Amino acid sequence: MSALGYYPGCSQSGTAAEYDISTRACMRALGVEMADVPDWTCCGSTPAHTVDHHLAGALAARNLLQAQAAGFERVATPCPSCLAALKTADHRLADPADPAYKAEVERLLGRAAPAPLEAVSTLQVLFEQVGPAGVRQRVANPLTGLRVACYYGCIMNRPPGLMAFDDPENPVAMDELLSACGAEVVDFPFKTECCGAAFGMPRLDVMRRLSARILDMAASCGADAIAVACPLCQMNLDLRRGQVNAASRQDIQIPVPYFTQLMGLALGLPEADLRLDKLVLPLAPALAAAEGREKAREKTREAERQAKAAAKATARTSDKEATPCA
Amino acid sequence: MRIGVMVCHCGNNIAATVDVEAVAAAARELPDVVYATDHMYACSDPGQKTLEQTIRDLKLDGVVVASCSPRMHEVTFRRAVERAGLNRYMFEMANIREHVAWISLDRKRNTEKATDLVRMAVAKLRVDRPLTPKSFDVQKRVLIVGGGVAGIQAALDCADGGLDVVLVERKSSIGGIMSKLDKTFPTIDCSVCVLGPKMVDVGQNPRITLHTLSEVEDVSGYVGNFEVRIRKHTTYVDWAKCTGCGACQEKCPSKKVPDAFNENVSLTTAIGIPFPQAIPKRATIDAAHCIKLTKGKCGVCEKICPTGAIAYDMQDEIVTEKVGAIIAATGIDLFDHKKCGEYGAGRYPDVVTSLAYERMLSASGPTAGHIKRPSDGAEPKTVVFIACVGSRDRSLNRPYCSGFCCMYTAKQAILTRDHIPDSRAYVFYMDIRANGKGYEEFVRRAQEEYGVEYVRGRVAQIYPQDGKLMVRGADTLLGRQVEVAADLVVLAVGAEASHGAPELAEKLRISYDAYGFYMESHPKLRPVETNTVGVYLAGACQGPKDIPASVAQASAAAGKVLALLSKDKLESDPQIALVNANRCIGCGKCERTCPFGAIRMRELRDGSQRAEVVETVCQGCGICSVTCPVRAIQLQHFTDSQLLAEVNALCRTWDETTE
Amino acid sequence: MPTPMRTPLASLDLEAGRDLSFISAVADESGQDLKSCYQCGNCTAGCAYTHDYDIPVHQIMRLVQLGRREDVLSCRSIWLCATCQACTTRCPNNIEVATVMDVLRHMARREGRAPERLVKTFADGFLSSVARHGRVFEAGLAMVFAILSGKPMQDAGLGPAMLSRGKLAFWPHEPEGNGKAEVAAIFRRYREGKPAQPATPDEPAAETGQAGEDAR
Repeated sequence: MSALGYYPGCSQSGTAAEYDISTRACMRALGVEMADVPDWTCCGSTPAHTVDHHLAGALAARNLLQAQAAGFERVATPCPSCLAALKTADHRLADPADPAYKAEVERLLGRAAPAPLEAVSTLQVLFEQVGPAGVRQRVANPLTGLRVACYYGCIMNRPPGLMAFDDPENPVAMDELLSACGAEVVDFPFKTECCGAAFGMPRLDVMRRLSARILDMAASCGADAIAVACPLCQMNLDLRRGQVNAASRQDIQIPVPYFTQLMGLALGLPEADLRLDKLVLPLAPALAAAEGREKAREKTREAERQAKAAAKATARTSDKEATPCA
Repeated sequence: MRIGVMVCHCGNNIAATVDVEAVAAAARELPDVVYATDHMYACSDPGQKTLEQTIRDLKLDGVVVASCSPRMHEVTFRRAVERAGLNRYMFEMANIREHVAWISLDRKRNTEKATDLVRMAVAKLRVDRPLTPKSFDVQKRVLIVGGGVAGIQAALDCADGGLDVVLVERKSSIGGIMSKLDKTFPTIDCSVCVLGPKMVDVGQNPRITLHTLSEVEDVSGYVGNFEVRIRKHTTYVDWAKCTGCGACQEKCPSKKVPDAFNENVSLTTAIGIPFPQAIPKRATIDAAHCIKLTKGKCGVCEKICPTGAIAYDMQDEIVTEKVGAIIAATGIDLFDHKKCGEYGAGRYPDVVTSLAYERMLSASGPTAGHIKRPSDGAEPKTVVFIACVGSRDRSLNRPYCSGFCCMYTAKQAILTRDHIPDSRAYVFYMDIRANGKGYEEFVRRAQEEYGVEYVRGRVAQIYPQDGKLMVRGADTLLGRQVEVAADLVVLAVGAEASHGAPELAEKLRISYDAYGFYMESHPKLRPVETNTVGVYLAGACQGPKDIPASVAQASAAAGKVLALLSKDKLESDPQIALVNANRCIGCGKCERTCPFGAIRMRELRDGSQRAEVVETVCQGCGICSVTCPVRAIQLQHFTDSQLLAEVNALCRTWDETTE
Repeated sequence: MPTPMRTPLASLDLEAGRDLSFISAVADESGQDLKSCYQCGNCTAGCAYTHDYDIPVHQIMRLVQLGRREDVLSCRSIWLCATCQACTTRCPNNIEVATVMDVLRHMARREGRAPERLVKTFADGFLSSVARHGRVFEAGLAMVFAILSGKPMQDAGLGPAMLSRGKLAFWPHEPEGNGKAEVAAIFRRYREGKPAQPATPDEPAAETGQAGEDAR
């Protein structure tokens, strides 16, 4: 029994299926063992905590109990909202100064609360257990020339006291993993700016404005793709791109793959493990453009090299080379 | 024995929650107590006079005063009993204020406890013995650690007062932060123009010995006779020969050294003089960047130097100085803005610290006083200043206000508008602290005369966009999020304790607070003294402050030192350890446990060892007394018998016996 | 003759309008001490949603400090907060601002207030789905919301893209074991446990199998 449990979260079987598939594939390929938390249920995500903190706690805690019963020492999840729910429940239940919370959560659960159990993101697992060096070793198909903006989303690393991973203002885990995959990671100032979250349905106008900013910044940074690690961010920037562009009167066409899809691509995994076909805006054109640019760049570099060599052959050795200083 | 007891009301401080008359009445019943009274204010002039008169009239041998903490008035009352002819150690204090009246409102229990404490004091007094302090010579020299404006002022004042001064400075030149400033508020005086002459005075004063690029290695001894070992780090240049001509700096090929003096805004050479007004004006080699010292090649400076002053094989030197007093004037460092992720954590070249900006403003700085964006060298048109970076911030563990940032920000904003007339300057602030003379008027001037735009609110984020820096903040007075596209952002970084301050404090044996600022004896009444006799504080090392406050404190510290060393001899404290040689078995445990090295083992003629206390080094901590297996070493005035007398007095409360 | 004043002076009476029980309730439920807020505005400065708020977040904190219960609980801002944590992350006094906003929303909900009706509908719909299936049935939620929101065509354009990429499951993926029953029990205990619940998640009208309705 592996010590790492995997909690997919509800979107992984629906709108974020490709995130789930590519995450599992990357973990396998990179030698990270994990097994599903048996009989997992919805953690409550954002709606639960906006209604009642105890309800949210109970829904999350049930999954921690499942993980515990299965003998897992840690639980990894790809969804930042699930992660926040699991961590919040875990922290508050373990807080000796908050007995009322524990009592109410136990009442809702109908049984004793789980013992402390660490929940982490799958990004954190990949970064800490495999690391950029580990990834670099196994890259078969470097993403050379692909300019990627890494977009972490608003809650993956915030608040730092709870999420306890990477820098809350300028996280770099995804940047480093994708750099190791050969991509050209661009400096993206909006790494943790909110995309509009779950307001797509109830307040589309709000969500559109926020996502428009993200797309606009990515475009001005010259990104070929925006790598994401959150199902909602992905949906807002990809599926709802048309709505976003319509509102901001722009036409920004930048694909939004999950970072695990890009990693899988670099690792040489088959399409069945990447499901790039599930992206609404396909990635292929961006990849092709990057490849084309890279070829052109290589051509100019080669030409420069040849010119330099030719110049050197004809030039005389100068006196400067004999005396290094003065 | 004839003992007198005075129980103080201290106005309402004690009397409100303690029945002082009852305490006095109970004291009257104690053995050897011939007189017990209560008094409104024992420490007052009439109070003390009453005490003295009673001692004389009733021929008392000892006195107990039940009042405040000994830390307040032990010295006062000891002097009083001495004036009346008693030995000052035949006096005991029972703290019935801080330890009784101020911690409980239960009058009955307070009175019982106060009675107990008085009984304990009387019991101890009955076994107290007169003690005589000894006198010792003092060195009329003072060590000043730190060569910023506070250290410089203190050095000049002490030298003027006739003392020899040893000034130790960590950098290769004195001057500190003030030497880096362009102008000072509120007069817009040129900083180095007013500091320069003082620096030259220090360099030329025959009483002042200057050790720069030096640090205190260790301190031993005691007030009046400190022995300080100073490490003079090697400069690789013989300063006796160096004339400060600067030829070496011109020719040095290692030109990519980050210039610390210019706050890394520019690059400098491996060898050189840090700034034109440096004192001493001598060259120093930065070993980490010197090609000769790292790779063995080059050696240009040695060839060029007209006086042959370069010495690549020079080593550190340890110098020992004997001084009578020490002044710590180590100043501050500035908060590291790389901790602020929302402001770029140091990644954005056009987000600079206030001190880096100061170097840019300075005519003798890296940009010759022309304000230029570090990224592209262009002149900025919109400069945004952000206040309270690393101050008033619990999340960064810097809850305190640094006190000078509001003022220097106003100054820098004024200078910006002055240098670039068509510029816009914004200041994002939470509050304005401008409490010095002319300070408030100065800040108003910035807004009214120079048109600096003050926006009340913090900045949440800075991000680059289209070659500018978008500053996203709030205007809480409007109640809105606001944004400014800045060309340059200046962070008003706050003060933090100088790096290495706690380590130096350990060497000087002084206390420091949670932030590393040195602790004064009393925050209101004794701002320049520490709890270690002979060590004083001056300047921002005691707490963030501006130049006038630093200078004032420096003169105050110098005044204290001059007063201390005005006597030829000082009295030692007789409350120290004493060895009963007859009981001592020479095991040496006390010598090993003494944290001050105040115990020596002495060999007798018959070859056996006995412990001996070096009276002037002993601090009276009592650790030896606890360690000794045969109770041969005893802390005078706190001997085992004396302490046990107190314990017995307390524990026999229930016992009806009064004798 | 002087005209009598018609307009009453309406200064904010600091004493009369201060609801102390509200201040302590917020502090208790959120675990945050708003006395340490010195109104620096950093939260508003970084708030992504401030342009849609009726009251900016720093002013909400101020209103709580002043005990202005009605002003706070009737506002829209607390419904539009996404708890993106920008404010919490940057507060110099370590106040979990987003948690306070959450708690204020809970209080408003308990009193049956919902100035942002659709935000409430969405959350209720989501939780209904969870209560019914043990996991959220995305397609079901989308359909229900489309009907209840009165804007059935808002996301109609997304249908083809979602369907062709298999992003819409037509049947709910329910947990394999006892999970569904256990989650249902949690919701039941939640509903029963608290006496007056005007804002409970309702059972949705139509469900399952009809996913094609909205997706067309």
